[in-house]
Amino acid sequence: MATSITTVPGAGPISGSRSFLRKLREGDEIARIITFLFAASVVLVTLILVWELWQGSVLPRHKFGFQFFFTRVWDPIAEDFGALPFIYGTLVTSAVSLLIAVPLGLGAAIFLAELAPQKISDTLQFFIDLLAAVPSVIYGLLGVFIVIPLMREYIQPALKHSLGFLPFFQGPAYGVGFLTAGVVMAIMVIPYIISVSREVLLSVPRDQREAALALGSTRWESTWKVVVPFARTGIMGSIFLALARALGETMAVTMVIGNTPTISASLFSPGYSIAAVIANEFTEATGDVYLQALIELGLVLFLLTFILNGLARLLIVLTSRRGGGMGHA
Amino acid sequence: MNARLRWRKLLSGFMLSVTGVCAIVAVSVLFFILGYLVFHGGSSINWAFFTKLPTPVGETGGGMANAIVGTAKLLLLAVLVGVPIGFLGAIYLAEFSGNGMIAFVVRYSADLLNGVPSIVIGIFAYTLLVLPFKHFSTIAGGFALGLMMVPITLRSAEEFLRAVPKALREGAMALGASKTRMIATVVVPAAYRGIMTAVLLALARVAGETAPLLFTAFSNRFWSHGWNEPIASLPVMIFTYAIAPYEDWHRQAWAAGLVLLALILIVNIFARAILSRGAAVSR
Amino acid sequence: MKRLTGVLLVVLAVGGIDLAQNALSINGAGATFPYPMYSKWFDEYHKKFSNIQINYQSIGSGGGIKQVTEGTVDFGASDGPMNDDQLKAYQDKHGYPILHFPTVLGADVLTYNIPGISAELNFTPEAISGIFLGKITKWNDPAIAGPNKGVNLPASDIVVVHRSDGSGTTYIWTDYLSKVSPEWKDKVGKGTSVNWPVGLGGKGNEGVSGLVKQTPGSVGYVELIYAIQNNMPYGRVKNSSGAFIKADLAGVTAAAAGAAKEIPDDFRVSITNAPGKTAYPISSFTWLLVPSKFSDSAKRDALKGFVKWMLGDGQNSVEALSYAKLPKEVVAKELKAVDRIQ
Repeated sequence: MATSITTVPGAGPISGSRSFLRKLREGDEIARIITFLFAASVVLVTLILVWELWQGSVLPRHKFGFQFFFTRVWDPIAEDFGALPFIYGTLVTSAVSLLIAVPLGLGAAIFLAELAPQKISDTLQFFIDLLAAVPSVIYGLLGVFIVIPLMREYIQPALKHSLGFLPFFQGPAYGVGFLTAGVVMAIMVIPYIISVSREVLLSVPRDQREAALALGSTRWESTWKVVVPFARTGIMGSIFLALARALGETMAVTMVIGNTPTISASLFSPGYSIAAVIANEFTEATGDVYLQALIELGLVLFLLTFILNGLARLLIVLTSRRGGGMGHA
Repeated sequence: MNARLRWRKLLSGFMLSVTGVCAIVAVSVLFFILGYLVFHGGSSINWAFFTKLPTPVGETGGGMANAIVGTAKLLLLAVLVGVPIGFLGAIYLAEFSGNGMIAFVVRYSADLLNGVPSIVIGIFAYTLLVLPFKHFSTIAGGFALGLMMVPITLRSAEEFLRAVPKALREGAMALGASKTRMIATVVVPAAYRGIMTAVLLALARVAGETAPLLFTAFSNRFWSHGWNEPIASLPVMIFTYAIAPYEDWHRQAWAAGLVLLALILIVNIFARAILSRGAAVSR
Repeated sequence: MKRLTGVLLVVLAVGGIDLAQNALSINGAGATFPYPMYSKWFDEYHKKFSNIQINYQSIGSGGGIKQVTEGTVDFGASDGPMNDDQLKAYQDKHGYPILHFPTVLGADVLTYNIPGISAELNFTPEAISGIFLGKITKWNDPAIAGPNKGVNLPASDIVVVHRSDGSGTTYIWTDYLSKVSPEWKDKVGKGTSVNWPVGLGGKGNEGVSGLVKQTPGSVGYVELIYAIQNNMPYGRVKNSSGAFIKADLAGVTAAAAGAAKEIPDDFRVSITNAPGKTAYPISSFTWLLVPSKFSDSAKRDALKGFVKWMLGDGQNSVEALSYAKLPKEVVAKELKAVDRIQ
């Protein structure tokens, strides 16, 4: 919602009675145009990107059509390509990573914003921000050396033992697979959730908290039922950032997911994601159909992101309560 | 004190401790990573690492001086590309447009752009800035990284600008300030800390990216001159060395990771301490 | 704010200063396998001729072929020779052909992790193709146990590990399997990336070796250099003469020597399953891709000089890094071919 200039009488609303030249001289219109151009450039770049992807995938689009979405085969020699296993892998690993990262990240953000004294909060935040700077390759290597053995020796057997009746935790445990990739990705996206959520929580006006406390709520209740909902859109924004990062992550995922185009309910199963297969095969791909099939996968990921973002926004709108502070889609 | 109140207090204490645990887990992961890097790569960090060019396998005394400078140059370009677009775009969204269709489309596009795999961004930048000129260049690499910074900067900065209370804006308007002046002198300084967070987060993200650089900045065993030549960078060196068979190179890869983190740490400290005006909204 | 802008502008300007003194800069891109060797060679050559800077980066064989065809780099490198379509594409785009020059030799080895077994196993082509086709699923299968009398192989499952990223290593492996197994040739084929019937995918040599080391009962293929440098156990393979050969540098060079008699003039040849009693069957050349014409005479002379040097003094430093040197028959042929670069 626009800032409430019109509620201030006497200052004069920006639009309307003042002439264009006056607005121009004041610099407001110029500022508006300039900032608009920059904002529009984002849309422009995205459109050009989509166009390039579209142009660059013409051969497989004509060859496979919509079948591309539903075929499970990926055969560079026979030039038969299908996107289904990769779509599945991308969705599953992103879901797992968010399921882990969001509660953990939100919890940490709440602690840092509400409970920790300013200095500790700032220092810890500093370090958490560094997590975002760790190169993707290093996350991958650490995944290989630490997470995979941990998964194979301890965590996966434990899960199998306790929750093995669920289809998610069945099958042989190699260490690599959807679960491991999800865990590594969770670590990678947590800084975004913590960093942005903490800042937004910090900016919630004091009187909101105090009003809740004055009405007799416990510390937790004031946080969870008043402050967090007030900062809801900012927190959602941080989750969008995390989701986007998870969908597009290449290096780290490919080192721990097992790189096998399979579709399986079990989280222990090795799998593949769109970003991982593009990263793995693009530099070596020879043959136009092969290369363009990889580009088409990029387009498919774009479509996936489009749909997921749309669904998430729909969810926000549907669960939106009135008075949610800084509300916008 | 009745039972229900006791329960609520217990729950409060419990949940708040849980959040503390979450924070500890997050931070300990980082310390673990740092520790691992120091343990495996610390021995390779010496004066030569910062001043010498890479040497072939088996020869000691080499370093990654060109990669360190290269990363700095690439990040500088990335900031010059990504921050203006992200920051000014965020101002448009927060101050001039609100909830209209345009704002919705811009935000949606930013989220979509954010989800594009880094290798695809690299291919995109390659098509735009490498192919037409028939050579790899620092500019192409900086552009690819800058493009990746835009969504994070835009979306986060917008949130922080919106978080500035209405009272501050209205106060400025009441004193007769034009909208531009209000934004420049009141809103932006008030959101400064958040915007800095957004930019630094975006910078940290692109600092560790390898894939977009492979097809744009390429890499360079020697010093790179100017902005039009291929240039070495720490993430690409890490990638190249980590996948090689030689133990010596593995150690150098870990060391390079450590140096990269240190670089980002220094930038963070510099940005927050010296550039921040500290006019953040109080709790 | 103004101060910041000032600082940024100064840094920008300084970054743009051209400190080069007449250095001739040549860029090349391609295969990852020979990257350590090439970087050593180019470094040594730079020490000899301090004004020649050859910058080679490993972005993959496919990347090398693409970039040299596009003209963004001066030369390329590939673990697999360019096929006819790619050669034609280059010729069509530039108007002159591109030449292949073998530089060093490499090999793939079979590494495995069977708890309780420390002996070096013998593998026949049938066993290897059966394992990778998914038809042989247990370690004590007769195809594996047969050549390994005296070793007590368990009845446990075989976990196959292959490369997930497109690579020359996979090209060599699948090229060999296509030669020794008609079923493989039919079902899967050869390439830098194939549709594997079974197995987990590891990224890079380190991905495969990591998976094999950590997964009991697993088997995978890695480059010889990688196995040597990391002290990994690997098995012997039966060559076309019937001998079980453990891969080493001499065996690899022998494979090239065996194939040298029939090597075509453009040097595009596969030497897997080569004849020769001591030849290791899963070996391969790796090639430099050099345009046959240069508009810049300085670059042309520098590259010609380098190739000649590489074939001579250069070959003396390859074995220290665990690469196999070219046999002298091939070197002689190449020296003659260098003059084709105009």
